[in-house]
Amino acid sequence: MLRILPTVTRPSSGLLGKVVASPSSSRRTISSTPARQADITLTVDGKEVTVPQGSALIQACEAAGAVIPRFCYHDRLAIAGNCRMCLVEVERSPKPVASCAMPAMPGSKVFTNTPLVHEAREGVMEFLLANHPLDCPICDQGGECDLQDQSMRYGADRTRFHEITGKRAVENKDLGPLVKTSMNRCIQCTRCVRFANEVAGVEELGTTGRGNDLQIGMYVAKTMDSELSGNVVDLCPVGALTSKPYAFHARPWELKNTESVDVHDALGSNIRVDSRGVQVMRVQPRTNDDVNEEWISDKTRYSYDGLRFQRLTTPLVKRGDRFVPASWEDALSAVATGLAASGATGDEIQAVAGHLADTESLVALRDLVHRLGSDNLTLDQNAGTSSPVHGIDVRSNYLFNSTIPGVERADAILLIGTNPRHEAAVLNSRIRKSWLHTGLEVGLIGARADTTYGYEYLGASARALSDFVQGKGSKFAEKFAAAERPLIIVGSALTEHQDGAAVYNMLAKYVLANKAKLLTPDWTGLSILQRIASRPAAYDVGFVPSKKAASAKPKFVYLLNADEVDPKSIPQDAFVVYQGHHGDLGAQLADVCLPGAAYTEKSTTWVNTEGRSQLGRAAVPPPGASREDWKIIRALSEYVGVPLPYDNVLALRDRMWEVSPTLVRYDITEPTSTDIVLAGLAQLAEKTNGAKVGDQPLKRAVENFYQTDVISRASVTMAQCTRAFVKGEGYGFAGLGKQGDKAEAAFA
Amino acid sequence: MFAARLPKRLPLRVLPRARPITTTCSRRSDALFVHRDTPYNNPKIPFEFDAENLTRAKEIISRYPPQYKKAAVIPLLDLGQRQNKGWTSISVMNYVANLLEMPPMRVYEVATFYTMFNREPIGDNFVQVCTTTPCMLQGSTDILNAVCEQLGGIKPGQTTKDGKFTVVEVECQGACSNAPMMVVNDDFYEDLTPESTKKILNAFTKGEKPKPGPQSGRQTSENSAGLTSLTTKPYGPGEFCSPEFS
Repeated sequence: MLRILPTVTRPSSGLLGKVVASPSSSRRTISSTPARQADITLTVDGKEVTVPQGSALIQACEAAGAVIPRFCYHDRLAIAGNCRMCLVEVERSPKPVASCAMPAMPGSKVFTNTPLVHEAREGVMEFLLANHPLDCPICDQGGECDLQDQSMRYGADRTRFHEITGKRAVENKDLGPLVKTSMNRCIQCTRCVRFANEVAGVEELGTTGRGNDLQIGMYVAKTMDSELSGNVVDLCPVGALTSKPYAFHARPWELKNTESVDVHDALGSNIRVDSRGVQVMRVQPRTNDDVNEEWISDKTRYSYDGLRFQRLTTPLVKRGDRFVPASWEDALSAVATGLAASGATGDEIQAVAGHLADTESLVALRDLVHRLGSDNLTLDQNAGTSSPVHGIDVRSNYLFNSTIPGVERADAILLIGTNPRHEAAVLNSRIRKSWLHTGLEVGLIGARADTTYGYEYLGASARALSDFVQGKGSKFAEKFAAAERPLIIVGSALTEHQDGAAVYNMLAKYVLANKAKLLTPDWTGLSILQRIASRPAAYDVGFVPSKKAASAKPKFVYLLNADEVDPKSIPQDAFVVYQGHHGDLGAQLADVCLPGAAYTEKSTTWVNTEGRSQLGRAAVPPPGASREDWKIIRALSEYVGVPLPYDNVLALRDRMWEVSPTLVRYDITEPTSTDIVLAGLAQLAEKTNGAKVGDQPLKRAVENFYQTDVISRASVTMAQCTRAFVKGEGYGFAGLGKQGDKAEAAFA
Repeated sequence: MFAARLPKRLPLRVLPRARPITTTCSRRSDALFVHRDTPYNNPKIPFEFDAENLTRAKEIISRYPPQYKKAAVIPLLDLGQRQNKGWTSISVMNYVANLLEMPPMRVYEVATFYTMFNREPIGDNFVQVCTTTPCMLQGSTDILNAVCEQLGGIKPGQTTKDGKFTVVEVECQGACSNAPMMVVNDDFYEDLTPESTKKILNAFTKGEKPKPGPQSGRQTSENSAGLTSLTTKPYGPGEFCSPEFS
């Protein structure tokens, strides 16, 4: 199965010392042959079933509706074949065969329900349990444990284990503040090792020793430094890897599951929020092959404890230096009085949309501000007070046009001013997957980063892009020009950068000049990677200021979940209202705080970076007196004398449909037609014409992956992660500490 | 107390079918499969191939296609172990990983899997006594006892206080026709008796190197009771030929 593609084959970069200096030499150890399309037919338990050639037998059995127990097999990971639980009987085969490691053969007759198979499963289960502790009552996996369930279903009903020396004992490993280990329970399925190496890019996890002494670990004392490390908890079929923050908090049967959407990055990962009473107990991924497959990032998974701390639970009005709790009536009248007293008219009324503002409240706030006669709708980002360089007239100018699964079809990717590992961790795993299995070439312009795949570094500033566009200075430009499906991924930080206009100008011209490859009906090779959950919706809604409005000095500022604002950008005499769910920076600046609901507490629409709108659902009620955000804005509109015309969420969604129908066409992405993309780029090129290319380096958009918004900043777990992984305190290995360049060299 | 209530002999049908399982007592390895920093073994201790070994390493790497460079990990670890006084320290593993451009963990996996990579320091002379079945039947227990006694009563797995010898038990080395046997450093000493074993160890203590091979005086693994076949003089050219060729 091991195949190294010819494109991957590179001259050896020589011996020690040159390793760091030659980023082009690449090490892609996992390869597979592409799937062949022919179908084969075989019989499973007397049922004929047709599967694509190259499928594993276990897939054929599943297609026939036969349930095969398994521990090590996982459809998104490489096949290991070491648990032996999936044994089935194949006609004319002398022994039972492991169906996960056996290719389905045409015409073979498979039996999954014979005495031989039952006996084989029982035997395997007995061996697995021989070294597995009987600590289910104190095990966090209890109730959702594959071993527990399968031993009930397939195991023997009595024990023959009379070993006076007891069971094997393995010391626990410290993988950091997220993953708790209990290695005695490990059955060595190696799912975590395969996930870490293939998907997450943590090549430090492996197996040491042999036979009965085999154990999972890093050999040296190290933490599992990955944005996706929490997924090994889901993958572990037993209780060896469990969630540290969730330890001993709840049992799965006590929890209410709510299917929702994540807001910590702009991917819109599908999640399941598990809650008990009014508390979110944990967050787990939900499979969606078009978005997050079945992985989520650690921030998505573990920042839920931030929902309990620093919450605004009651309206607050500032009296002197102090906030005084107030009733909703008082707070809303205080806002109305403040608006009147500030004397703000027209564009002097400013609204700022922050990271976690949902689409409903964006539409409501936009309508309210418009009704008050202002067009000063700004975004909570650097340069957010002016219209973004890419404009918002054409969707393809600010969306991830190639779609997230489309990334895997690209054969050359140029990253500009972005580190997908921190801005969209799950998307990064797709790039890594493609990099491992195909001859994908990656180039990077911007700050150097440890991306978990090798890349050619083209430069730090827009100057490198102008070299690339002219096709000089790097091998990557040639490779990119020769690629079948080239893809340019532009970071959202570029809109906030002073060279943004120049970069977009160059890109628009480059794409127009190379439209034969970059823009076909089948392929759009220019994608903007947004990193903030509310941003695509804000652009869709048109939450940007007009040129005239941008120059006005605000007297009344409405911060909707805006916590990244520069305090200096708000005039001293302005009246500031903060609406949001956490007492963070925005609330400090406010004269009146209106407590809103967090993403787990409201059923609202979120638009991800592809332009896919998805519906989040309320798992728990908002705490205290806080309310859903659009309702607050609707109530406020009465107080300021311009009532909004919608009284329920359905009427508001009708209004959203008027604003942009895509906002309420849930769960799909609507591709922009090639002609419109072309028109958009032409407009972009014209608008940014004459922009000067500067030498200012493109900085990292996300410095600390674990703390990017109010929820993750309030989270204790995320603070621990920052300590362990970003600052490297209390963890780390002598002599092999965290060094960005070194880590990068390991992948280059 | 319940015995009286039970019938004297239960009818056979009532008895549950006996399911015997045979187990051997598991012999767990005494080696640790995680690394702990110690003053003598930590990644800060520098290690590098010397010029001669670097040439050999390059030669070894050149045997494999460049993209399969990591195939050279076992020979290179062996080379490192030889240069590092017979044991593979964490620095050796890190150096080899760096040299072959593979993640260090992949090297650790190999080094912990194979028992011939010593991950703890050993004495100047590494004595490995085979105790697998053929050797055991030929008296390897006596040999092992003789070795331990000769080296001052240490136990298998231990090193003498002067750091000259380390004794371990090993599995079959493939010299069963000359059992019992032991390996000292790279040489096989076969057909041992407790006396010849002590003699060999004595010689090593003095810094000599006794002649490897069978210690009973027989030639390699020929029949110890004398030859039973091919005893006549082999015929040469020109014999037993047709007249025209003779």
